[in-house]
Amino acid sequence: MAIPVEMPKMSDTMEEGVLAAWLVDEGQKISAGDVVAQVETDKATMDLEVYDDGVLLKQVIGEGDSVPIGGLIAILGKEGEDISAILASYGSGSAPAPAPVAEAPVVEEVAAAPLEVPVPAPAPAPVSGGRIKASPLAKKLAAEHGVELASLSGSGPDGRIIKRDIEAAVGGAPAPAAVSVPVAPAQPAPVAAPVASSTEASSEGAFDAIRISQMRKTIARRLAESKFTNPHFYLTADINMENAMAFRVQLNEKAAAQDLGKVSFNDLVTKACALGLRKHPWVNASWMEAEGEIRLHHDVHVAIAVAVDEGLITPVVRHADRKGLAQIGSETKDLATRARNKELQPEDWSGSTFSTSNLGMFGIDQFTAIINPPNACILAIGSIRDVPVVKNGAVVPGKQMKVTLSCDHRVVDGVAGAEFLATVRGYLEDPVTMLL
Amino acid sequence: MAILQYREALRAAMTEEMVRDDRVFLMGEEVAEYNGAYKVSEGMLEQFGPKRVIDTPISENGFCGLGVGAAMNGLRPIIEFMTFNFSFVAFDQIVNNAAKIRYMSGGQFSVPIVFRGANGAAGQLAATHNTSTESLYSTFPGLKVIAPSNPDDAKGLLKSAIRDDNPVLFMESEVMFGLKGEVSDEEDYLIPIGKARIAREGTDVTIVAHSKSYWIAMKVAERLESEGFSAEVIDPRTIRPLDMDTIVESIKKTNRCVIIDECNPYASISSEMTYRIQERAFDHLDAPIVRITAKDVPAPYAKNLIEYYMPQEEDAYQACKRVMYAK
Repeated sequence: MAIPVEMPKMSDTMEEGVLAAWLVDEGQKISAGDVVAQVETDKATMDLEVYDDGVLLKQVIGEGDSVPIGGLIAILGKEGEDISAILASYGSGSAPAPAPVAEAPVVEEVAAAPLEVPVPAPAPAPVSGGRIKASPLAKKLAAEHGVELASLSGSGPDGRIIKRDIEAAVGGAPAPAAVSVPVAPAQPAPVAAPVASSTEASSEGAFDAIRISQMRKTIARRLAESKFTNPHFYLTADINMENAMAFRVQLNEKAAAQDLGKVSFNDLVTKACALGLRKHPWVNASWMEAEGEIRLHHDVHVAIAVAVDEGLITPVVRHADRKGLAQIGSETKDLATRARNKELQPEDWSGSTFSTSNLGMFGIDQFTAIINPPNACILAIGSIRDVPVVKNGAVVPGKQMKVTLSCDHRVVDGVAGAEFLATVRGYLEDPVTMLL
Repeated sequence: MAILQYREALRAAMTEEMVRDDRVFLMGEEVAEYNGAYKVSEGMLEQFGPKRVIDTPISENGFCGLGVGAAMNGLRPIIEFMTFNFSFVAFDQIVNNAAKIRYMSGGQFSVPIVFRGANGAAGQLAATHNTSTESLYSTFPGLKVIAPSNPDDAKGLLKSAIRDDNPVLFMESEVMFGLKGEVSDEEDYLIPIGKARIAREGTDVTIVAHSKSYWIAMKVAERLESEGFSAEVIDPRTIRPLDMDTIVESIKKTNRCVIIDECNPYASISSEMTYRIQERAFDHLDAPIVRITAKDVPAPYAKNLIEYYMPQEEDAYQACKRVMYAK
């Protein structure tokens, strides 16, 4: 009997996957455990294994096509087997199975709490995965012009896609003011490198249409959800980094002698935050709306924002409070490298209890970051500046670093956030105290 | 082109047909000696005499039955109701006899009869005298229903109705009897039953409206035009058979439709039309069809309430803006 191969759920936040590359041709024999394709999720490119032996009877979707979780990707079976029934049962290629809601395991009050901190199932976005509202005419026109309705935002009531939205998308009639729609190329660009469609050299109104990648979609959805749902407030502290600099020089000399990697300022901040979180459990917390509770996490897992080609990803240094600086440094370096190579696995980026984001190396003095749900806070780290400071009544050269803590006010109040920052400042201004 | 009142156009149609065919006669309350309750038949007694213009007692069930019998026996009666509100008294004659005898006799009898008179609301006449009956009567197979909005259509369609071999309900309006308009001078002017009129061409929204509602539609179209929107107005004129081809073709062009219908909304002309439009033009619709009707209550007496009860121009205007997604 022929066996359908469906799009698996490869991460907590994944709603659909793009088939990046087929590794097996139709008609080729395969065995259970073989990798038949690569799938691009919102976070990484991952291998798609099959669990049965047989012949790959059909590649149902092409490279670059995306299907929701549960959508049909391929069919396995014996050579010559009839697959029409399976194709029919999935409708036109990719009938989405109801998206499984990730059940968040309850963290028991035990020492051996699961490593994975439960991540709440993302609330279904109004459009993605749900029903797209479009007028009958708009649907017909979209089909005629090969416009993907999901790529449009409707200008009618409740976001209904109407005639003029399609016309605007196909570049026919002038779009009404307020309507701007990204156009999906009929043939999705290759996954690895989103290709800008070629445009006339200098014609007015020309633009490059970039297909919205899975990662960008996820960034858009999650961060919009966070920024518009979590009541953010911000606390900024200016930290004297003189001691930290001397400390780091000393530390790196010792590290070099022991053949260990260098420790960066960021690693010092990670460690300081981790120790601070241990002391301030309300900052190491999550607002769990659906469960009706605030979770104070027993473990301290610090996520570090890493820029990658298509966006950013936040791999996690687990139990950062219990790790030495050299270990934090080498783990962070490894995670960042693997992130840029798209080699991270879901366990590398899930389960954080706090995040940091550092733009200091780009000369940014200070900025505010959007909280990474379900964290309650994120620390935005600026550059270390040479500035005059007043010491014992005299103006002297100083090394200052500004950090800004974004707090979810549903969990963290002003005083709690300020106390946490004071602790972090204390550790960084006198780094030896981190060893106590 | 002669300028005639709506009542004069009706009289001209009846007179011409009675001159042309001596089987045609007029019967009803006050049609003869009093020259008609609304002066539609003024002078006709004098012209045709008491055998062809006949006053009846207040007994609709009786004189309608008489008319059906006369029609079955080869005459071509015109039965005038002072208003169609009174036709309910003769409901059985219209619905069971006039509508069904041709079918039940296997075609041995036909019933060439016209029931005509004022229909619909006409101001402070209270609940029992303000009913729009076209949706009710058009539900019965065997009946044709016509409701013209202007003198020209009134003349051309009434002549066609009198010549039709099937029962026709011809619905006029108290408030339109004095309405003046150009009427074709064409000799033997006939407008085919079941053919809508495109009163105004447009590209952005189709407004379908018959009888008095037609005039609301025209005002809305003018108002929209001043704002740069182009409304197409269709007057179906005949309610049954309904000219869906014209309506559907229009919606294929405009992609939007607003129906103004004076009937109560439940199971009405507008609900039937809406069904048929989505049946034939679903893929052409860019917005839900909106209808503006009388309110779903018995017609009130108080002046402010009866005005509110009737389809409002402002509501129809807003509906058009809504289906065009215009601010």
